[in-house]
Amino acid sequence: MFVKLAAIFFSMILVNNYVLVKFYGICPFLGVSKKLDSSLGMSGAVIFVMFMATAVTFPIQIFVLDPADLGYLQTIVFILVIAVLVQFIEIFLKKYMVSLYNALGVYLPLITTNCCVLAVTILVVDDYGADVQTLGFAVAYIESLVCAIGSGVGFMLAMCLFSGVRKRVEVCDAPGPFKGLPITLVAAAITSLSFMGFGGIVENLFNVTL
Amino acid sequence: MNIVLAVILCTVVGALGAVVLVAASKFMAVEEDPRIEQVTGCLAGANCGGCGYAGCADYAKAIVMNGVPCDKCAPGGPKAAAAIGKIMGAEVSAVAKKAVVQCQGNKDNCKPSYDYKGIQSCAAAAALYGGPKDCSFACAGFGDCVKACKFDAIHVVNGVAVVDQDKCTGCGACAAVCPKHVIMIQTAGPDKPVVMCSNCDRGPVAMKECATACIACGMCQRNCPSDAIHVTDNLARIDYDKCTGCGTCVAKCPKKIITYPLKKNG
Repeated sequence: MFVKLAAIFFSMILVNNYVLVKFYGICPFLGVSKKLDSSLGMSGAVIFVMFMATAVTFPIQIFVLDPADLGYLQTIVFILVIAVLVQFIEIFLKKYMVSLYNALGVYLPLITTNCCVLAVTILVVDDYGADVQTLGFAVAYIESLVCAIGSGVGFMLAMCLFSGVRKRVEVCDAPGPFKGLPITLVAAAITSLSFMGFGGIVENLFNVTL
Repeated sequence: MNIVLAVILCTVVGALGAVVLVAASKFMAVEEDPRIEQVTGCLAGANCGGCGYAGCADYAKAIVMNGVPCDKCAPGGPKAAAAIGKIMGAEVSAVAKKAVVQCQGNKDNCKPSYDYKGIQSCAAAAALYGGPKDCSFACAGFGDCVKACKFDAIHVVNGVAVVDQDKCTGCGACAAVCPKHVIMIQTAGPDKPVVMCSNCDRGPVAMKECATACIACGMCQRNCPSDAIHVTDNLARIDYDKCTGCGTCVAKCPKKIITYPLKKNG
């Protein structure tokens, strides 16, 4: 059980990295990665929101949408729920946890309807929704939560790595037409390419099939 | 039947969310000083960070909550400072801040000391023998300030940075990145002269390095009627608290490097 959870966690960080392998959340990846502290703040907010969103949407899918045979409403319902949730969290933090609000405050509204948050909630249902029948709801729920946190940490890893890459790219003497965003995209592609090398590493490391 | 169920479900989820949010904003509302919003409205809204805070809203909060001086918004200028002063109940008189590059060592005046081929940035060039020009105090001319400026107000012309005074908001971003520290933020207004040189070498050395260097002759210091200009470390410096803007130093300077860079038409 723990081995499988650890395998899920690390596979989300390295093998199935949401940004560099699945190409979700490219907007904050390019927009906020200019400085290390802002990319850390953004990643913190993303981890937090991914966890909370999955914690809420997974039961909705299993107990509301699936029994009513309304699985196709997934996207619209999840967007609604996540948007409400993030807004609510923001109000809640502002009132009761001011220090956390100050740390995440600017970035929370930015990721209200970010694609990588929505992608995590939907793909988690695809991957672990079937486990509800075989292993029971509790196990599937824990698996999906671990998966969500792993995705967030993977996002953080990608952001931090890339903010370092970007610092180097910014001072280099790129050819005129490549200056600015083009050379940044090329650098992002190479960073992403390096993550392809992690394919299969987690299965062999933990000796499990995912 | 199915479509009715789908519509009902979406409506219910939406309505529930709305109720939750309304309740939350009602019961968890945080009391905020209404002046914060008013002050934010007076600021320029560029979020340039020139005041030293994370953004305009953050600075407004600091003004209201901590009593921070209200003349730090450079893009807003004296107008914003006065408007905020009105809200905060304090009179403020402020002049527009402008950036001035205290160097005229362009390609004609100051020759290169070596052929620099490295990373095209002032910070990198300045690390190599104090910069690529004969004068080790001169503007390196690779435009780190141009990249830092959010208002397109500073450009490298003939190897030396020049500020476009119409566009400059005095936010200080250029002065902060300049590795040679030749950019000053002039807060004394356009009627006061500026020494357009940063060279601290002794006179004969400075004269060889650049055609427009301060040679520390002391003419300005001897002739100033209000004791406002002094040569320290071989460079004339103006005390703007004493300077009356009479123009004696401007007339007496043999190298003609004391000028009114902020005045229109010279």
